[in-house]
Order: sequence, then C-alpha cells, then structure tokens
Amino acid sequence: MKSIAELAKIREEALKKVDIRHDREGTRIVVGMATCGISAGARPVLMQLVEEVKTRNLQEVIVSQTGCIGVCRLEPIIEVYRPGEEKVTYVEMTPEKAKRIVAEHIVNGKVIDEYTIGAAK
Amino acid sequence: MAKNIFTQENFAKLDVVIAKHKGQRGALMPILHEAQKIFGCVPLEVQKKVSEELNMPLAEIYGVVTFYSQFTLEPKGDYVIGVCLGTACYVKGAQKLIDKIKELAKVEVDGTSADGKFSLVATRCIGACGLAPVLTVNEDVYGRLVESDVPGIIAKY
Amino acid sequence: MELYRSHVLICGGTGCTSSGSKSIEQAFNEELEKHNLAKEVKLVRTGCFGLCEAGPIVIVYPEGSFYSHVKVEDIARITEEHLLKGRIVTDLLFKEAVVEDQIRSINEVDFYKKQQRVALRNCGVIDPEDITEYIAFDGYKALAKVLTEMSREEVIETIKKSGLRGRGGGGFPSGLKWEFTYKAQGDQKYVACNADEGDPGAFMDRSVLEGDPHALIEAMAIAAYAVGSNQGYVYVRAEYPIAVDRLQIAINQAREYGLLGKGIFGTDFEFDLEIKLGAGAFVCGEETALLNSIEGKRGMPRPRPPFPAIKGLWEKPTLLNNVETYANVPQIILNGAEWFANIGTEKSKGTKVFALGGKINNTGLLEIPMGTTLREVIFEIGGGIPNGKEFKAVQTGGPSGGCIPASCLDTPIDYDNLISLGSMMGSGGMIVMDEDNCMVDIARFFLDFTVDESCGKCPPCRIGTKRMLELLDKITEGHGEVGDIEKLEKLAENIKASSLCGLGQTAPNPVLSALRYFREEFEAHVYHKQCPAGVCQGLLNFHITDGCKGCTLCTKACPVNAISGEKKELHVIDTDKCVKCGACVDKCPFKAIIKK
Repeated sequence: MKSIAELAKIREEALKKVDIRHDREGTRIVVGMATCGISAGARPVLMQLVEEVKTRNLQEVIVSQTGCIGVCRLEPIIEVYRPGEEKVTYVEMTPEKAKRIVAEHIVNGKVIDEYTIGAAK
Repeated sequence: MAKNIFTQENFAKLDVVIAKHKGQRGALMPILHEAQKIFGCVPLEVQKKVSEELNMPLAEIYGVVTFYSQFTLEPKGDYVIGVCLGTACYVKGAQKLIDKIKELAKVEVDGTSADGKFSLVATRCIGACGLAPVLTVNEDVYGRLVESDVPGIIAKY
Repeated sequence: MELYRSHVLICGGTGCTSSGSKSIEQAFNEELEKHNLAKEVKLVRTGCFGLCEAGPIVIVYPEGSFYSHVKVEDIARITEEHLLKGRIVTDLLFKEAVVEDQIRSINEVDFYKKQQRVALRNCGVIDPEDITEYIAFDGYKALAKVLTEMSREEVIETIKKSGLRGRGGGGFPSGLKWEFTYKAQGDQKYVACNADEGDPGAFMDRSVLEGDPHALIEAMAIAAYAVGSNQGYVYVRAEYPIAVDRLQIAINQAREYGLLGKGIFGTDFEFDLEIKLGAGAFVCGEETALLNSIEGKRGMPRPRPPFPAIKGLWEKPTLLNNVETYANVPQIILNGAEWFANIGTEKSKGTKVFALGGKINNTGLLEIPMGTTLREVIFEIGGGIPNGKEFKAVQTGGPSGGCIPASCLDTPIDYDNLISLGSMMGSGGMIVMDEDNCMVDIARFFLDFTVDESCGKCPPCRIGTKRMLELLDKITEGHGEVGDIEKLEKLAENIKASSLCGLGQTAPNPVLSALRYFREEFEAHVYHKQCPAGVCQGLLNFHITDGCKGCTLCTKACPVNAISGEKKELHVIDTDKCVKCGACVDKCPFKAIIKK
C-alpha cells in the first residue's frame, strides 16, 4: 500500500461487493419471483436490474425480490417504491424494459406510463 | 498398550522444528507447542533434546512444561474429552456431565482410561458460553447438553 | 466484477460452528448449485453475530432476514422459497423477527436494537478472511489518516481526549499508557496485544479476532506509530484455534497489501506483527505474566513498578492493551475523540461488550453504551430468565469480580459503579443466576478456579486461597462451624492486601461479594445445615412424597438398603443410612423422590 489513493480505489471496488448489506432507506425495486414470475422470465429481469443499479452506482437503491404479486398473467412484474411516492407497478417486464425503468424512473424520477399495470389490458 | 512415541521419525520432525525457531527470541514456547503435537506429550527425553539444542538448562524447560496446562508429560488417550467448567457451563450443570462420562468411559478427571482410548479433562472456558454446557471430543464440539446426551456421544467413538 | 443479487451470511463463530454451521454452508453450496443460483447468490462466512443462543444463524440480504436455529434440512426450503422465489420462510425466522405478522429485519430485533456497535461493528457483517471487505467498511482509513495527517503527539492526544479506558479489566486510561510508552527511553519499543481471554464466561475478544481481525491489526499499527515501535506481538490463547487461524490469514493479507511491512502508505513507517500462542494458564492474562510468557518463560507475574511501559518485553518499553481496547481505536481516529467521549457516562466513555450467559434467554454477545443499566441488559436485551424462574444475581468480572443481587439491578454499568458494588467490569463476562443456584457453591467454584490457576509465586495467593477453598468445601459439605464465616472474611481481606498481582488481589472478591449480599445463605449452610437452593449434596436429604405407589423399584436400587416399605404402600428413606447416591431418584417411575 503506497498511497491513500490506492486504498480509496480498493475501497471503491470492494464497496460494490458489500453495499447490499448496508441499511438503506432509499428506493426499493421489488421483483415478483414466484413460480409464475420465474417461468415468465423474471430472473433475467432481476439480474438486469441488479446490474444496472451497480453500473450506475446507485447507492440508495435496493433490488429485492418477493413472492407472487397476484396478477400472474401479467408477469414478470416489478414494483418500485420511492420514499414519499405511491408505489408504481410495472408489468410484462423484459430486461430491456427494466433497463429503461432504471434510467428514466429510478434516476430521473419519470414514471414510464406505458409499462405500468394501468396501461395493461 | 502404550505406543512407542520415541521414533526416529518423530525426532527428525523435532529437529526441523528446532532448526526453524532456533535463534529467535522466545523460541521455547513455539517449539514446545510443536513437540506436543508431534509426540502427543513433552516427556523428559524430548525436553533433554530441546535443552541441548537451545543450550538452555533442562530445569528451566521442565519448569515451563509443567507450568502450562497445554503441555503434558505423558501421552493422552486417542480421544480427549474436554468438559468445559467455565462459569456459564458450571451453572448449567457441567458437573453432571463429568460424572456421567467418568462412569461410562471408565476414566478419571485428568486421567486416561486403561485401554488408552479416552482421556478426560476439565477445561477452562472455551468461549462457547452461549451453548452451555459444552464438551469437546478432540476437535468436535457438542453444545446445549444434558446428562442423557452423554452415552450417545461416547458411543460415537 | 461479479454481481450478486443476494448475500447469504452464515455465522462462522465458535458458537455457531459448534452448532453445525459448517455443514449448513456446505448444504447451501449444494442447493445453490442445484438451482443454478451460484452466480447470483453469494455465500459469506462471517464472524459472530452475537446471539449464540439462536445459532446457527443465517442472514439473507438485502432483506436482512434473520434465520435462527437453522438445520441442514431447512436449507432446501430457504433456497427454493426465499432465494429462488423471494418468499421469506417465516416459520424459520428468529422468533422475535416476526411480530404481529410483520417481518422485521435483523436490526429491528430487540436484542440488537438497544445495542451500539463500535468494537463489534464489523462482526457478522464482513467476511473476516477477505481484506477488501474490511477496506470497504472504511478499514485502514484510520491508519492512512494517522500516517499522513497526524503527528504522534496528536494521536496520543486524541486517545487521551476520547476517554478510552482499558477493556481488559482494570480500566486504566489507555491514552496515559500510550503516553508513558511514548515518553519512555529505549532504542527499541514494542506494542503487544493481550488476547489471552481467560475469564470463564467472556468471549468478546475471540469474537473480534474471528470476526474482524483487521481491526486489531490496524489499531496496533496506529499504536506502534504513536509510541514509536516497529514490532508487535499478539498473545492469543491456544484454546482459540479458529481465532488464531483467522488472525494469521489477516496478517498475511495485510503484508500482501503492504499494510504491514516497510514504507506503509508511502511513509517511512514500518511495522510487523507476530502471533504468540499461550498454553493454558489463566495468570498469563495478567500483564507482566503475559510478557514473561511471550519471552518463553513460566508465566509468572513480575513486581510492578517498573511498569511494562518502562520495562516490558525483553526489558524494553512495551505498550500492552487488550483486543477490545484496540478494536475501538480506528473508530476513535476516524470519528474523533469528541464522538467517542459523547457515548457513555462521565468517567466511563464509549461502549462495552458483554458476554451474556448462564440462566438467561438470549445468551450471546452484546455491545452497549456505558451507563446502560443491568436491568436493561438482562431483561430487555437478554430477554429475562428462562422457565419462569426468579432472578437471583448476576456475576460480572469473572473470578476477580462478584455477584450483584436484584436490589442493585438499576445501577448504570460503568467501571466505578461496579467496583462500588463489590464487583468489577473485568473483561465483560456476565453470568446470570436464578433461584436454583447456590451462592456458596458459586463462591466455591471461583475459589476452586483461582486455586488451580494461582501461579504459586507469592504465598498469600498460593496458600491463602487454598485455605479459603478448604473452608468453603467444609461449609458446602455440611461441616461448617461457628466462626468459619468470620475466618473466611479475615483471610479474604489479608489476601487482597498482600498478593503480588491482580489475580491474587482480586481472588477473594467472589466470596466477599457473596457474603455482602447473600450472607444469610452462608449462615443457613453453617448454622442450620441447609442449602436453600438445593444444590449442595452434603446438605440435602432424599425424601419420598405421597406420589409413591409402592412399586418397590427404589428399594431394589438402593445400594445400602436405606429404603423400606411394603408393596403398594408409601416407602420411607432412612436418612441416616442414605448415602445420597441418587440411584432411587433415577429409578422411580412416578418422580416421587425429591431432594430437600
């Protein structure tokens, strides 16, 4: 170890590995991961979300999973909880859609109406 | 039957250990720890060897060996049963475990059974107080015991 | 870098390892492999979570789900339900983690809520065998700060101002110790760590070594810089194999990363660390005895002065602190002396780790701000006494401390309060006793311990404690005579006044404190030949109650023919003949034979 900068770099790298274990009060993205969700393709969606949050270094965002949300025909479903805002439910997710949600909703706070459950038929 | 522990092989191992630590400050303790592992005890024959090699009085080495409970002058049994007699284990009835083991394994505290299979020691706190009372058999640890668990444990060995 | 969506933390402390956490880790590995989750879910073996009673413990993040008493059979369900489908397996959670159907995360459980973790902050959070995880949680930042921004005097001043006191027992101000060593003359100085945690019932130092070994390494490097040393020793009990392994791994990693060795952080500061193994002698926890033991001698105390700060290892100035004390240092440097001094009471700053054991629901390790009351610790964090029994006393300070009765439960915990109660902080063992524990027997137990562990150098301790033990044996066996209690007291005072080291000077404390608060129990043993708690065999008689159906099994079991009675009629034990072997109690199918 030759300098503080070197330590800071290691810390930066390592933090990505462990920050899942911090307590946070920020945004929660919950993916429905029951049998219906998984068979509809929730797993790649979940992994895409995790990756997006990491690459954008969104410290205050937790990606979590839950059981059946109840509208199996619209799976994969994700829910976004932002402090002080109503829950937003997105349906029929794909990894690409998930990526857009992170970019527009999580980062910029703009709900993508066309993906929400209200827009689904 | 006591095994012959004074084999050439064991002494050769001891030589390596001594060579490694010789000249270091405070070399005696690590050497004795290794010797205890190699021979299963640190008898006079081993102490003499260490004394010659380190150029240290035998009396001093004997003094150190007998001071610490981890070093023994005689070999222990194949399975060393250690019953923790720390405070937490004691208040939760460790004495009863000892009595039961004495009866079943036919061994006294700090002694070895006639067939050389079991040794029984009352150990100091091993720091697993959350699971009191605790006993160890060599490396295995058993916790949250009651007297009636003892026969099952003994039977495993 | 690999991304994981979930982390599964498995406790690898000694407590949970004994309860089988290793096979649980293996089962998780197999299950994750089976469900193809190995790339999505990370397994981490951490140090102790503290709540050993609930072990083996598994925590799943990001939810913070707290699974307790986990069995190998449960792993398949946790993997399939929670990790695969995201449904927390409620019935396997720690009992207090589910309140009114609401699932609470680990930090919301009562046991953890009242705690404040400074020394234990990383235990149960990081993988102790991965230095980068420690760095991620601000590790080695304090060392960097000290080496590049602070003078040696500033470091010592910070420790002094923080009010940190030795956590190993005595409570000596740490900053002063650092200053003495800094000022001492010598071409070579050493820093040493006392990890010879000998007090039965205390295991916080082991937890730090097992759960956060880098914190100790960092702190010792800081101390070495401050006092002007380049070599450190950690003296660890040989009874702690896992701790020794993890510390050695940590030392090797620190060397690899250049955090030990030459030119640390590009400065000319150099420092290295070596582990010295103890060999099973309680007295080696006394600082001068420990120094002798590191030097490879019999671990017998040296007279003080000279203090180790002046003449320590190999006659050179040596700074000696215990593990928990060191574990606070990086936090003090990072957060400032004022932050630390704001926690705790006027004279005892910061937090203290206690090992809660004995007759208590939540046994385990906890860290609380100084000034928390005993009642809060035992009844709120500890969850009270099991099986509806009555609290009788809490023992603190191990063989150097004493028993504190129910009437003193509202005392705030700090160094000085505990001493005024006739006990002491010690290293932080806290053993709870209930109505079934006999205080005379407990006093005898501690004396038995000190007699065994007395090094034999000075007569008051070697001979005096032996005489005290003989008196206590006599009393518990039912042969106590008028005047014995007074004799005990006098002996105790003399041993306290004239022993060479801390071991002897504090050895009579368990007896003196028991006499102070539970004198009537001693008197019952001596004058009435009764053991109120029903523990001391010599004072008990066996009786047959009305529950007897006259089956005659007991008469056959009795080796001395002390039981008589006709078939299908109440039997009677002749207490003069009875040898109190208890064989009849084991045989009786109706549980009609009692000790009284």
